[in-house]
Amino acid sequence: MTASPAATPSVAARPGASPLIEVENLTKLFPVKQGVFARGTQNVHAVQDVSLTVYRGETLGIVGESGCGKSTTARLMVRLLEPTGGNVRFEGEDITHWSHRQLRPLRREMQIIFQDPYSSLNPRKTVGQIIGEPFAIHHTERDVKNRVRDLLSRVGLSPEHYNRYPHEFSGGQRQRIGVARALALQPKLIVCDEPVSALDVSVQAQILNLLKSLQDEFDLTYVFISHDLSVIRQISDRIAVMYVGRVVELADSELLYEHPRHPYTAALLSAVPKPQTDGSGFSRRQRIVLTGDVPSPVSPPAACVFHPRCPRFRPGHCDVETPLLRPFGAGHEAACHYPVERWPMTEEELRGPSRADSQAEAAGAN
Amino acid sequence: MTPLLDVRDLSVRFRTRDGVVQAVSDLSFTLRRGETLGIVGESGSGKSVSSLAIMGLLNPALTDISGEVVFEGTDLLKTKRDQLRHVRGRDISMIFQDPFACLHPMYRVGSQIAEAVLAHAKVSKSKAWDRAVELLGAVGIPNAKVRARDYPHQFSGGMRQRAMIAMSLVHNPDVLIADEPTTALDVTVQAQILELIDRVKKEFDIGVILITHDLGVVAETATHVMVMYAGRAMEYGPAHEIFNAAQHPYTWGLLESMPTVDKRLDVLVPIEGSPPSLLHPPPGCPFHPRCTYRFAPCDIERPPLVPIPGGHPDACHLPAERKREVWEKRVGAELGVVG
Repeated sequence: MTASPAATPSVAARPGASPLIEVENLTKLFPVKQGVFARGTQNVHAVQDVSLTVYRGETLGIVGESGCGKSTTARLMVRLLEPTGGNVRFEGEDITHWSHRQLRPLRREMQIIFQDPYSSLNPRKTVGQIIGEPFAIHHTERDVKNRVRDLLSRVGLSPEHYNRYPHEFSGGQRQRIGVARALALQPKLIVCDEPVSALDVSVQAQILNLLKSLQDEFDLTYVFISHDLSVIRQISDRIAVMYVGRVVELADSELLYEHPRHPYTAALLSAVPKPQTDGSGFSRRQRIVLTGDVPSPVSPPAACVFHPRCPRFRPGHCDVETPLLRPFGAGHEAACHYPVERWPMTEEELRGPSRADSQAEAAGAN
Repeated sequence: MTPLLDVRDLSVRFRTRDGVVQAVSDLSFTLRRGETLGIVGESGSGKSVSSLAIMGLLNPALTDISGEVVFEGTDLLKTKRDQLRHVRGRDISMIFQDPFACLHPMYRVGSQIAEAVLAHAKVSKSKAWDRAVELLGAVGIPNAKVRARDYPHQFSGGMRQRAMIAMSLVHNPDVLIADEPTTALDVTVQAQILELIDRVKKEFDIGVILITHDLGVVAETATHVMVMYAGRAMEYGPAHEIFNAAQHPYTWGLLESMPTVDKRLDVLVPIEGSPPSLLHPPPGCPFHPRCTYRFAPCDIERPPLVPIPGGHPDACHLPAERKREVWEKRVGAELGVVG
C-alpha cells in the first residue's frame, strides 16, 4: 500500500478557507409512535440546534457515544435526511428543502463510506460492477472498466480483482472497495461513518493511512464520524463533540486533546483505556468515571443535557439555564457554565471548582 | 499456591466441509486467584474458541479437542457432560460480548438471575429471588429491589452487562471468563464495567480471564497477558513486562498500529497484509508472511513458546539480544516507554 507521509495537519480554520457545507440551528426530530392506534406521538430529539461549518480540504471529526446524533447530523449535512428545523448550505446554496430530483446532480459531489464493509457491498455483484455503478448512474464515463481498474490500484487493491465478489475479500479489503466506490465520481465531500470501527487494529491503521493519502491526492473534504477518540485524533483537523443531539464542544484537534473545556469531553478522554506506560513502568491512570447512562433522546434532560452525569453540576443553574457554545479563543468553543480550567485533572479536582475561577477564565478568554 | 486453572497444550480443530480448521494450537497457561489474564488477539485468532473449549461449550460432533484443562485437580476435557454441568456456571462462569442476546427478553431480569441460583442450589424460589436482588445491588444497579422486576429492554446496555455479571456471580465462582465484555458498550460505560470486574475480582477473590481485541482494555485491568495470533500464543507474561518490554514482532505491530489519544501521528504504522487462513496455515511461524523481521528459519521451522533469558516466553526465532535492541532503540522508544 502506498502510505505517503501525510503533510502536517492543515488547520482549516485558517483565514481564507472557504466553507463547503454550512449548517445552522439544525434540528431533527423522529416521531415514535406509541400504542396500538399510534396516537400521541413522542419525538426522538436526534439532533438539536447544531451549527457547524465544514471548510474545503479539512477533516471535521464528529465524536460521541452511540445515540448522540453524530450519524444523523452527517446525514442531514448531505441531505439524505430532511431537517425538521434549521438550514443546510452547500457551496453557498441553500439546499435545506430541495427535492430528490433537485439533489440528484449534487449527489456526485457527496459520497459516504459506511461502517460495515460486509453489509454495504452487494454480495451478488462483482467488485467491478460495484465500483462501476456510480458511473452507470451518472453517465459520466465511457471507459468504465479502465477507470475502475485505476481506482482499484489507487486504493491498494490489484486491478485483477475486477471480477471477484465481495465475499472473497477480508474486512479491510472490502473497506478499500467501499473507498474506491466513494472516490469514483471525484466527489468534493466524503462522509466517513465509522469507517474503521469494524476492523482489527492492524488493519485500521492501513485504512486510516489510505484515507489520509487520498485526501492529499484528490483534495477531498471529510466529515469523519467515530466513537473512538484515538482514531478521530489521528485524522481530524477540527473536532465536534456531541452529546444527546447537541454539540457540546468544538475545537481544533490538538487544542481539544490538550485542554478539553467541557467536562463531558474531559470524562470521555479519561475513559479511553490505553497502555499507560511512563518511565517508572506500568501504571494506572486517574480516571473520571461517569455515573449512570446516556439519557434517552426521547426526553432529554432540561437545560444542559449533561447535567445528570456531570461531576461539576450546580443545582439551580445547570438544570435551569441552557449553556450556549461560547468561545475560548482560537476557534475553540464549549457549551458549559463551569468549563474545565486546566488539564489534566483528577476527578476530585474536576468536582470541586471554585466558581470565581471559571468566571475569571471565561472573562479572560473574551 | 496451586493454580486455579491449568491449561496444557489445548488444541481445537473444527471439521468443516472445506477441510480441518486448526482454530487453536498448543495453548498453555495458568490462572491463579486474584489474577486477571488478558487474552488479546484480532478476530479469528482463537481467543474465544479457547474459552469455549475450556467451558465445554463446543459441539463435540464437529470439533476435536486435545490437551488438558485442569481445574481443582480434574481434567475438564475428560469429564462427562452431565458432570461438567456442576462446574459450568457454578465454579467457572462466563459473560459474553452482547448482553442483550444473553438475556431472555420475556422474563424479568430478577427471575433470570434467580433461575441461575436454582440451577445449582436447592433453595426456595423466594430465597433465590432475594439472592438475585442482593447481587444486582452488589454490581451497582440502583434501587435493585424494584429494578429486578424489570424486563431486559428496560435496562441500558451497561446495566444489562451488570446484570450478566450478577448472574455469573450467584454461586461464588472461582473463575470468571469475560469474552469481550465491553466491546458493545460506550467508552464511559466501558470504564464503569472494567472497574466493576476488577472490584468483583478482589471482593470475591477469583481469577478472571479477560478476552479482548483491545490492548488498552488489557493494559488497564490485566495482571498477565497472552497475545494470540492464528490460534497460537505469540507472547505470554506479566502485563507490565508485555507493555514495558514486548518481545514479539506481532506485539510490536499491535502496539504501533494502535492509534493513541495522547498524540497525533503523521502516519500510523499498520501491519501489512491480513491474518492467514486457518484452513491452510503457513508453514513455520504463522506470522512470518507479515513480519518485517523474518529471516532464514522463519518460513520453515515454527518457533516454540519458550522464555528468553531475563524475559518472559515468546514464540519467535529472533535472538534475545536483537529483540531487546529493537524494543529499546525503536518500538519502545517510539511509544515513549523506554528512554
